[in-house]
This record gives sequence, C-alpha cells and structure tokens, in this order.
Amino acid sequence: MNRYFAIFLTFARACLVRDMTFRANFILECVTSLGWMSMNLAFYLLVFTFTPEIGKGTGWSKEPFFAFVATGMIINAIVQAFFMPSAEELTEMVRTGGLDAVLVQPLDAQFLLSMHRVDFSALANGLVGVGLLAWAVPRMDYAPPPVAWLLYPLLIICGVAILYGFVIMLAAATILMGRNQSLYDFWFYITNFSRYPAEIYSGPWGSPLRMLCTFVIPILLVVNVPARVIAQPFTGQTWIGVAAAVIAAVAALVVSRIVFQRALAAYRSASS
Amino acid sequence: MSESIARPAAAFQGLRIWWTMLKISLEERLVYRGDFALGTLMRFLPIVTQVFLWTAVFAATSKSDIGGYSRNDIVAYYLLTMVTRAFSSMPGLSTGIARSVRDGSVKKFLVQPVDYLSFLLAARVAHKLVYYAVAVLPFASVFFFCRSYFPPVPDATTIAAFLTSLVLSFLLGFFMEATLGMLGFWFMEVSSIVFGYMLVQYLLSGHMFPIDLLAGVPTGIAGVSLADVVHWLPFEYTAYFSSAVWLGKVQGAQLVWALAIEATWVVVMAVACRIAWRRGTRRYSAFGG
Repeated sequence: MNRYFAIFLTFARACLVRDMTFRANFILECVTSLGWMSMNLAFYLLVFTFTPEIGKGTGWSKEPFFAFVATGMIINAIVQAFFMPSAEELTEMVRTGGLDAVLVQPLDAQFLLSMHRVDFSALANGLVGVGLLAWAVPRMDYAPPPVAWLLYPLLIICGVAILYGFVIMLAAATILMGRNQSLYDFWFYITNFSRYPAEIYSGPWGSPLRMLCTFVIPILLVVNVPARVIAQPFTGQTWIGVAAAVIAAVAALVVSRIVFQRALAAYRSASS
Repeated sequence: MSESIARPAAAFQGLRIWWTMLKISLEERLVYRGDFALGTLMRFLPIVTQVFLWTAVFAATSKSDIGGYSRNDIVAYYLLTMVTRAFSSMPGLSTGIARSVRDGSVKKFLVQPVDYLSFLLAARVAHKLVYYAVAVLPFASVFFFCRSYFPPVPDATTIAAFLTSLVLSFLLGFFMEATLGMLGFWFMEVSSIVFGYMLVQYLLSGHMFPIDLLAGVPTGIAGVSLADVVHWLPFEYTAYFSSAVWLGKVQGAQLVWALAIEATWVVVMAVACRIAWRRGTRRYSAFGG
C-alpha cells in the first residue's frame, strides 16, 4: 500500500512539474474551469430571482441550495483532478494498443490506468466550492450540528468513491468496445442527475427515476447525502442516507473492480 | 463556344469532387457507428434534469409564467434547442483545424486541387447526415412522448421560417467554429480559447435557458437589458432563435428582420473565415516531408 502511495505521489509530482512548466496554460485552464462554474452559479442566481426555493416545501431555498452546489463542486473537482484525466487517455490507449505497455508493468493495472495523471487545475473548482460552502452555511436558517461536520468529509469520500466506481466501469466499457469516445460525455450526462436535489425527481416519472438513480445507479447519493447532512435538519432519516451512501460506495468499488478485471481478461491487443 | 462547354464540365468536375468528399466522410463516420449512436442517445439526458428542475421551480412559485414562458413552453423550448443544436453544433471542428495546422497535415490542401473549407463543409454535411439518420428515431420518440408540452403546430409560414433558420444556423455554426479553428495559424494551442468560446456560446446562445429570462437583468445602460445586448450578438441564432420561432415568440416583421440578420451573420462569418484562411496560409510554413 505504501509502495502504491509513493508511486502515486511520484505521478502527482511529475504532473505538477509539467503543469508548472506551462504556467500560463495552467492559469488559463483554471480560469476557464472557473468560468464554467461561474456560469452555472449565475444560472442558479437567475433561477432564484423567479422562485424562493427549488421544489415546493423541499427546504432547498437559496443558501441551502448553494451549499448543495458547493458540495457537488468539491466532489467533482476531486474526481476531475485525480481520476478523469487518466480515464480519458484510456480510450486512445485501447485503440492504438498503448494499453499493452501498461499491462506488462509490475503494478496493478487499474491503479496505473486510473491514477497516473493528475489535473491540478481542476482543483480550482474545489477551492471555489469550499468558499461557496463557507458563504452559504452561516447564512442558512439552520446551523449544522457537530456530528454533521464530522460526517461531511466521510460522505464526500463516499461520493468520490461512487463516482470513481463509475469511471472504472466506463473504462471497462472502453476496453470491451474498442473505442468509446463518448466516455467523458457519458460520465458528464450521468453525473448531471446528481447536480440537483433528489426532491426535484417527483411525480409519475420522477419517482421511478429517483428510485433508479438511488438504488440501481446510486448517482443521487453522491451529492445529496453529504449536502443534506450539512444543509438540511439532522434527523433519524439522515442516518439512513448516511448508511446508504457508505454501502453504495463500498459496492461501487467492489463491483467496478470485478467488471474491470473481466474487461481486461477479454482485452485483445490492437498493436502488432 | 469552347468556353461555354468547358464551364459545365468544370462545374460537373467540382460536383464530383464534392460528392467524393461527402462519400468518404460518410464512410468514415459509419465505421464507429456504435460509439456514434451511443453519443447521440446520451445528448437527451441533460434535458431530463432540466425538465424536472423547471417543474420544481414552477411548483414553488406562484407565477404561471416566467419571462413569458409557461412550464410547458420551457420544456418545449429545451427540446427544440436540441433540434437547433443538432444543426449548429460542430464538435471537433475548430480543434481539428488547429490540429491540422499544428501537425502539418493541412499542407496537403495547399498543393491538392481541393479547397480546405469546402472539404470541411462536405465532411460536416456528411457528419450531420449520419447524425440525423441515427438520431431521427430517438428524436421522433422523445417529441412524440412529450407532445403535450408543445403548442399547436404553427402555420406553414412559421414552419418555413423555422426550417430556414435551422439551415442558416448550420452555416453560421460552421463558419463561426471554422474561423475559430483558423486561429491555429497564429497560436500553437487553441484549446483554451475554444473552451472559452464554448462557455460564452453555451450561455449566450440560449442553450442554457431562454434568452427572454434575461429581459429583467439590467446592464447599467438605461432601457437596455442583458437580453437586448444578447440579441445584438450572433450566438442566439445557434440555439434560441429557431426554438423561439417555433414557439411563436418571434413573429411577423420581427421574424423577417431576424432572419435577415441571421443571414447577414452567416455572410459575415463566411467572409471572416475565408480571410482568416487566406492570411493564415500566407504566414504558414512547413518543413520536412
């Protein structure tokens, strides 16, 4: 484990050196990334000029909703920084046969394929998320209890673990399909469901969708559970959400590991 | 006499080259059709969250309409922008041009009797034809499924204006992104500029929300809202405009005037693109084989 951690640190250091070599590009990437976030925040601000809350009686008024958005920003920034850059490279590696070189390394292939590249500019969004959280929480009608603050980092890790599981399963799909340029798009579209409070998925179509995105593809647990802990009153129901997030995180890691190993077993080299 | 015979022959030759370029691009697009079909289907997913978001917003507010849009109008608007974006979006065009400049592959178009912009246009038409062939079924299903959100089918004039605006949006999207790609002649790396453009485009085209919602946002200039400023720019013709036409938000003389502006933007961007290509190739230099 220590060996893997040391190797990961070496990867991270190499990526940081590379980023700092092209400093202007790094700053530009941070700025564009922040631009995208600002646009979304502006959209939410616009929405709140028309309504006092998202969904009648849901409790997702402006400040709690921005705490929700901030939580999503933190989780997504971690995934975008540490896992997505490597996963994005996989599609070309499979198509060109570059994956062969990875498979002969004396390291775990999943570790090498999912964590060899770190995008430090993506962390800028996470920092904005922390700032947004610090702005929103003191302005809420409700103050989160100490237990909520203790659970919050744990649930952030659970959210990251669930998304990591999705990234690995999409990587496995890439290996099986031979080419999957839509991998990144698919990840973006699926995680899109996690961007809003689960309460918006109601009615004859929304409720089944909510069930699907909670119990089958647990994407709604990623942001909703940590955000609810911090931005909604802490009740007995909250503990059920916490348990569900922990179980979903463990399941995502285990299932994705199995699927990825099977995909690797089915891999046929594209190189000569 | 000989000149009059030579002219149709040259025109025929030009058409043949164009048809060949189209055929090559169609075959290329169909090689990875599984990936292509998957990508097409996935584009509908963000609409689902938008529908639920706006349903929740309307449920929480006492207003029956927001910015002149009822809840049904908003849902119909987002679905219609999908159609407009199917025409105006040009994935990979600008980065592809910049890459061809950077890696030198653009030089073959400098020595071959093939116009680069015509080639790109033919490739894009092929891309769109394949896209429509793959997307027609999911599009038809979603629109049939969501038919209750739409107002009654508009009159023939509005439909004609809608179709015209879609064709113009395709040309506008193509020339805007191609011009952006031509920046590759001046900058080694344009990906950040392209990303910045995409952000602006997403916000100002009406892809994110109907531009009419900005009517109440002040700009600091008396009597001028943010919506007015956005209406002066070309971006709205790549998403908002066609949807607004179908929903009857733009009518009569205003519709004719807006179509004329859209056509003008197409000409302006086509000329800008051609100038960028001429100037870019003049300063371009390639070494090696």
